[in-house]
Amino acid sequence: MVHIKRLQEDGVDIIAVIGEIDASSSIELDLAIAKSVGEGFRKILVDCSALEYISSAGLGVFMSYIEEFKDKNVTMVLYGMKEKVLNTFAILGLADLLLIRADRQEAKQLANELSV
Amino acid sequence: MNYQYSIGCSLTNLKGIRDFIRTSLKGHGVPEVEISAIVLALDEMCSNLMIHAHHCNPEHLLELHIEVDNGRKFVFEIVDDGDVFDINSFQTPTMDNLVHEKRKGGLGIRLVKSIMDSVEYMNKNGKNICRLTKTVPNQ
Repeated sequence: MVHIKRLQEDGVDIIAVIGEIDASSSIELDLAIAKSVGEGFRKILVDCSALEYISSAGLGVFMSYIEEFKDKNVTMVLYGMKEKVLNTFAILGLADLLLIRADRQEAKQLANELSV
Repeated sequence: MNYQYSIGCSLTNLKGIRDFIRTSLKGHGVPEVEISAIVLALDEMCSNLMIHAHHCNPEHLLELHIEVDNGRKFVFEIVDDGDVFDINSFQTPTMDNLVHEKRKGGLGIRLVKSIMDSVEYMNKNGKNICRLTKTVPNQ
């Protein structure tokens, strides 16, 4: 079960993911990211501070946007991950493919630097 | 010690499977980070089976067995009677391929193989058994 909240701040779209993302709920994450891109946001932050669990279905959603974001010059930064969630990304080496930062401030700073 | 759980093939039941595994492993001195990894691997295996072998039919049942040996070696069995979905017969995709092909699948197989020591398939009394083993080192 996952809840997703979006909030816009200084031209940045912040998607907060609350709860657990598995094969039954990954579609919610996909829809939220697609909506953000569709609305024209170039800087997307994903707040993972209330994300308790993620399986490959959710990881696959993030990965499926990597190429599209390169083409469209969109920067997505994930932040605030708990250790157990970060470990799932680390097992697959996803920390090298995705932009991951400790907190919102660092994430925003990186998004701003990369989208200049 | 043995634990057993039986559940219908609906993806909304994955949460129940995770809770069952987490509860069963607690009290065996397994570090939290290992429990989380094992829970993840079993979630991946069960969701694969539900989707590919049972087309998410909630009337089809999966049975889970957990056997704890010496508190260090854990044997997990998933028993069902659908088509065999043998992850060993799939080539593990590279991360590059997954990114370029925008594939949302394939990652689960990588996770399971990274986390578990072995994944074996067998047939007993007309049922498929997928056996995963994991030895957790002494702390």
